[in-house]
Amino acid sequence: MSALKIKKGSTKHSAYNLRPTFSDVQETHTLAVLVDNEAGVLARVIGLFSGRGYNIESLTVAEVDHQGHLSRITIVTTGTPQVIEQIKAQLGRIVPVHEVHDLTVEGSSVERELALIKVEGSGDKRVEALRLADIFRAHVVDSTLDSFVFQITGTSEKVDAFADLMRPLGLVEIARTGVAALSRGA
Amino acid sequence: MTRQMTGAKMVVQALKDQGVDTVFGYPGGAVLPIYDEIFQQNGIRHFLVRHEQGAVHAAEGYARATGKPGVVLVTSGPGATNAVTGLTDALMDSIPIVVLTGQVPTFMIGSDAFQEADTVGITRPCTKHNWLVKDTDKLSGVIHEAFHVATSGRPGPVLVDIPKDVQFASGTYTEKAKAPVSHYQPQVKGDMETITQLVEAIERAERPVFYTGGGVINSGPAASQLLRELVEATGFPITSTLMGLGCYPASGKNWLGMLGMHGLYEANLAMHDCDLMINIGARFDDRITGRIDAFSPKSKKAHVDIDPSSINKVIRVDYPIIGDVAHVLEDILKVWKSRGRKVNREGLSKWWSRIDEWRKVDCLKYKPSAKTIKPQHALDRLEALTKGRDRYICTEVGQHQMWAAQYLGFEDPNRWMTSGGLGTMGYGTPASIGVQVAHPDALVINVAGEASWLMNMQEMGTAVQYRLPVKQFILNNERLGMVRQWQELLHGERYSHSWSEALPDFVKLAEAFGCKGILCKDPADLDDAIMEMLDYDGPVIFDCLVEKHENCFPMIPSGEPHNKMLLGEASTKDAIGSKGAVMV
Repeated sequence: MSALKIKKGSTKHSAYNLRPTFSDVQETHTLAVLVDNEAGVLARVIGLFSGRGYNIESLTVAEVDHQGHLSRITIVTTGTPQVIEQIKAQLGRIVPVHEVHDLTVEGSSVERELALIKVEGSGDKRVEALRLADIFRAHVVDSTLDSFVFQITGTSEKVDAFADLMRPLGLVEIARTGVAALSRGA
Repeated sequence: MTRQMTGAKMVVQALKDQGVDTVFGYPGGAVLPIYDEIFQQNGIRHFLVRHEQGAVHAAEGYARATGKPGVVLVTSGPGATNAVTGLTDALMDSIPIVVLTGQVPTFMIGSDAFQEADTVGITRPCTKHNWLVKDTDKLSGVIHEAFHVATSGRPGPVLVDIPKDVQFASGTYTEKAKAPVSHYQPQVKGDMETITQLVEAIERAERPVFYTGGGVINSGPAASQLLRELVEATGFPITSTLMGLGCYPASGKNWLGMLGMHGLYEANLAMHDCDLMINIGARFDDRITGRIDAFSPKSKKAHVDIDPSSINKVIRVDYPIIGDVAHVLEDILKVWKSRGRKVNREGLSKWWSRIDEWRKVDCLKYKPSAKTIKPQHALDRLEALTKGRDRYICTEVGQHQMWAAQYLGFEDPNRWMTSGGLGTMGYGTPASIGVQVAHPDALVINVAGEASWLMNMQEMGTAVQYRLPVKQFILNNERLGMVRQWQELLHGERYSHSWSEALPDFVKLAEAFGCKGILCKDPADLDDAIMEMLDYDGPVIFDCLVEKHENCFPMIPSGEPHNKMLLGEASTKDAIGSKGAVMV
């Protein structure tokens, strides 16, 4: 498990991290869930969210430890503090779930998302799109005489901002990976 | 030594390795190889039910009466989908069940084959965990893991889906002892710091109450023993949910009776007015709490639960303790004794005098009748005539279930099987069969309503076939009594579809099944009729015609707190507000 560089957090004692009262404030949390990479495990996690009425803002999943058959699911979710605690406890109850980490409360973390953005246009708009891509450090990964496909990585906010700028310049299609996140430090 | 065998043989071998001697099931195309293996051995008794739902409820009854996991074997497609209600029931009530389903061969999965259903997909939300086994080499390991998951932590139902080609193919059998250690190992020891804080609260409390639930029963007989010791030693009052009846004896002097929507006045008021609530293995279910924001406003609350997600789910608690009830009770007792067995005697004695005032209300009193049998009276007599016997009680769901919980006394755990969380009508008959299988010489009674009972009455065939002398005690009001009660209180007495105009003649029905039928409609005949039922060596369908419009009291209306209980007919007018009406 240590090879995965996941910081041991307060997950095991999450029920003890009590807030004075149930608060109505909606919070956004990023959860990292380590699961057995077996058939149906994603359906279990998603089914939990839909069955109990929780929100999923973003979800990414991929195998991270081939030998250990472990996948990492990163979920961005919103809810009141009580709901977030429930989500973590409910996730922890799923049999193939090994660890649940709330990266939002377990120290600082880095979050990145990758997007591919196709922009069609010619003349000034095409030049402007390329110039903005340069400012955002987006790469051109495909080009024709009247289109680009940009690859951009960064926080979700950065991807949002870039997509907004591309819209008047001929944005036709966008594909995003969802958020991947890791805690900072060793 | 590695042992090679077919998948079908592995199933039987793995069950034997797990100590299983009883299976409830129904054969079909996709499980024929396993049934063939069952035919060729003697260690496992198979009970043929009449419907797969009955198999699961029977296994639940068996599990609840023994503490061992119940095992079910059914075929693919409809066999599996018929099991879904039972699985959901077991999930809601935390009952350990292992369901083995046949599946179409692996190469036909996804082709809409005959009797194919996405069993693991359908049962994912209604099992604790489930597996589709595509490789015979992995089959025995998965079955061992299935038993581990079903019985560890908060118990629950699991399902193993086995394609037919996996049953035919040969593979290596893994013994139970050599199965890989599961990473699923729930925490059983509670946090000592919180336990110590709880003991300090116990020492100070002026108005404490134990609020216990099914977790005490699930934790095993030791948990009930430790609970009794703690209750006697502290002198605290104790109440229990529907699921926990029997963990503390009904004859015990500290017993307040059941709490909740149809709980006893003294139990609910003690919950409302207490200053320390010690929840042991219960889950603040909505039938218990009533209105959340008015739930026991003045108390500090402790919650002992093996499932971390139960804690702070509904009610915020001050002393959360994650762990197994028996382990935690042992630690509470140890710490409390080591600190000098202190309690607040003065506060307690005042608290008990208040409770005694509430007891004087005698909330279970009812108007007797010489003309018709009152359902409460029928249960009073059943209690009087069966008290002290080696007795197990099952119920269906509805008014009769609440009356049974109120009027029958339970002295020991594992003697009360009722569908609490899911509220499954049709639970009781198959459950009583499962209980009787586990305890062939005991007196097993299913207290039923006629409507619930008709939902799984086909299982009387099972009872007759295996000579299981289950007593079906039907309180027949020719109504869906609880629905009728709600329609009276909530929907202007418009009794929409809550009665049956074509009930069978239960005595003739009994004869058709090959068992005994008894009809009783006169209160004067009741005792003799009950004795006739008890003395008959075989299954009995007892048709007890009772008062048709009796309501079940006390009752906390939906959306109201504990101290707004209705005690009888006079108090029911406009009792449920529009906010409460939307709740079930």
